[in-house]
Amino acid sequence: MSDTTGTVPGAVRQAEDTRPDMLNWTCPVPLRDQPRIVMGHGGGGALSAELVEQLFTPAFGGPAPEALTDSAALELGGAKLAFSTDSFVVRPLFFPGGSIGDLAVNGTVNDLAMSGARPAYLSCGFILEEGTGTDVVGRIAAAMGAAARAAGVEVVTGDTKVVEAGHGDGVYINTSGIGLIPPGVDLRPGRVVPGDVVLVSGAIGVHGVAIMSVREGLEFGVEILSDCAPLGGLVEAMLAVTPDLHALRDPTRGGLAASLNEIAAASGTGIVVRERAVPVPDAVTNACAVLGLDPMYVANEGKLVAFVPPAHADAVLAAMRAHPLGAEAAVIGEVTDAHPGMVVARTALGGTRVVDLPLGEQLPRIC
Amino acid sequence: MKYIEEFQDPDLAERLLDDIRATVTRPWALMEVCGGQTHTIIRHGIDQLLPEEVELIHGPGCPVCVTPLEVIDKALEIASRPDVIFCSFGDMLRVPGTGRDLFQVRGTGGDVRVVYSPLDALRVAQQNPDRQVVFFGIGFETTAPPNAMTVYQARKLGIRNFSLLVSHVRVPPAIEAIMQSPDCRVQAFLAAGHVCSVMGMDEYPGLAERFGVPIVVTGFEPLDILEGVRRTVRQLERGEHTVDNAYPRAVRPEGNPAARAMLDDVFEVTDRAWRGIGVIPDSGWRLSSRYRDYDAEHRFAVDGITTREPAACRSGEVLQGLLKPHECEAFGTTCTPRSPLGATMVSSEGACAAYYLYRRLELNTPARPAASLEGSPVV
Repeated sequence: MSDTTGTVPGAVRQAEDTRPDMLNWTCPVPLRDQPRIVMGHGGGGALSAELVEQLFTPAFGGPAPEALTDSAALELGGAKLAFSTDSFVVRPLFFPGGSIGDLAVNGTVNDLAMSGARPAYLSCGFILEEGTGTDVVGRIAAAMGAAARAAGVEVVTGDTKVVEAGHGDGVYINTSGIGLIPPGVDLRPGRVVPGDVVLVSGAIGVHGVAIMSVREGLEFGVEILSDCAPLGGLVEAMLAVTPDLHALRDPTRGGLAASLNEIAAASGTGIVVRERAVPVPDAVTNACAVLGLDPMYVANEGKLVAFVPPAHADAVLAAMRAHPLGAEAAVIGEVTDAHPGMVVARTALGGTRVVDLPLGEQLPRIC
Repeated sequence: MKYIEEFQDPDLAERLLDDIRATVTRPWALMEVCGGQTHTIIRHGIDQLLPEEVELIHGPGCPVCVTPLEVIDKALEIASRPDVIFCSFGDMLRVPGTGRDLFQVRGTGGDVRVVYSPLDALRVAQQNPDRQVVFFGIGFETTAPPNAMTVYQARKLGIRNFSLLVSHVRVPPAIEAIMQSPDCRVQAFLAAGHVCSVMGMDEYPGLAERFGVPIVVTGFEPLDILEGVRRTVRQLERGEHTVDNAYPRAVRPEGNPAARAMLDDVFEVTDRAWRGIGVIPDSGWRLSSRYRDYDAEHRFAVDGITTREPAACRSGEVLQGLLKPHECEAFGTTCTPRSPLGATMVSSEGACAAYYLYRRLELNTPARPAASLEGSPVV
């Protein structure tokens, strides 16, 4: 159709009346099923969950709830272990404040730490693309070594595979890790109850903006460094106050919003967040304003969200602030029995809005 | 960058709200034209804070929502070709055409790239001289000038492997169409500030006079919206209907003459179809005859693609204020951002999507996790 033929239903133009028929708006057909894997299946949102629940879990057997968490808590020989695995496919391989090597260590270390475990050992599987410079691989390996030392873990086993040129993105890394969960520590979404205080360990959105700035060649006036860091020490300091923390999450893909929604859904509670209490650096606010993104949905790599019984909240907050990785920690909200499964933000102006699961990667808005 | 926190100040907001409450004596229906304004209103809960006499009707100014289905289908067709690199702003990738979207084209091997500026697409064309690079030029008067500039640059630099798939639309004819609808309830407009920053304000006095409606040029931060509402209500209560600029930090009466000159050179006004509405006379732009070589529709011979859209939702009533999004029987059940039945559920700036994302608490709509349609390999 050309723009002038007017074949859209409801817009048939007659000589005596050229007005569009506003009451006969018509709409697109929905897209429902996904017969193929799309990027969203790895996005950490609803499609990822469906893939695990409907495809992997029936095939593997075993408990679905465990499969849906970042790490599993296991009894083995009288010890309580946390076991976790994660794959890293980030572009670019090096970014302000870190590299895929830092992420590969800290990502798995942090998943273990979120179960309250003291991370101990990692495995490392490299999938290298033919033609990748050995100097590049060397820099990544050096970054992994330094990150492991900083996190207090050892890389004890590994594997390397090479795929043909064009079949990889330079370097993919998988790391798995184990750690010991101290006695008396039981961190899981099911323990979150109304009245719990929600704390965040610092400013949000930094890693995602750092990645976007290099990936898209965007300049935001100041260089923004990724917050990539190992959180084991911070968790230890919090558990030293009380082992009775209810749940921890590191808000990576999907940002703070995804973590809060995950906990609300898994615990059957509601969460209220005071928008103005959430620490967002000016640089992140500005970058998100330019791109039409919401900082609540932007990835972090060195932050955690804690769900703490109110009696311990002040002491835990003080312990967090005394740690270098928690200096900007803040209470951002609380758990409620209202609106179960839903996260609600109180806006700066006094209104409320639902903070939904991300629709996937946030897309820069056209205007 | 300033002007973010300052324009979300709760104390100043309360002062503006007090003024609006003190002024209003009867019900008024105001339409905010732009989807960006709708997003701000719902995201910050501004509609909850206004006195109940002030009703905000969410207008059709979401460029993603109003891009016709057949234009999306043309984009899908072009993007599927192996010799094409298809560049677009991000939020167009998720908009369903007939049976698929640009993400799915990318998932089946199409080279679809998100860019932040049409000039980025021109750079891609320079870097890939053996491929055809197409930029998806959609949007209102705000995005049209940079797209015009890109075509102008392409010709100036002799870049032949670049073209534009154009579906640009203009606000004033849409306002006219809304006011001509027999069921129209709109009594005043918050005009889109960014559109006016380009086009100026001279297209609006005629509309204000002809239809007897105040038109207040309004910005996008929460305090901008409240100031726009305050000035609009004040006019309505006094029985006035003038054009007022409540966004002077961005809008000059004459607009941006350089941008307008670029538009006049590269584009020409044409009738345009709006998704869901139909054809509105003189409501869009196409490439002028001088630049027709850069028109992707002709270059890829997709001008023959026509799509009849199945009638499936009531967004026409929503956009005229005859129906609130949550009053539609499909809202939140068969129609969600994951599977949109209608254009207004497609983009986060669409009224239905904004209600779904931010308003389910009051609407008692069950929480249904939205699908992740695109993953980010950031972590």
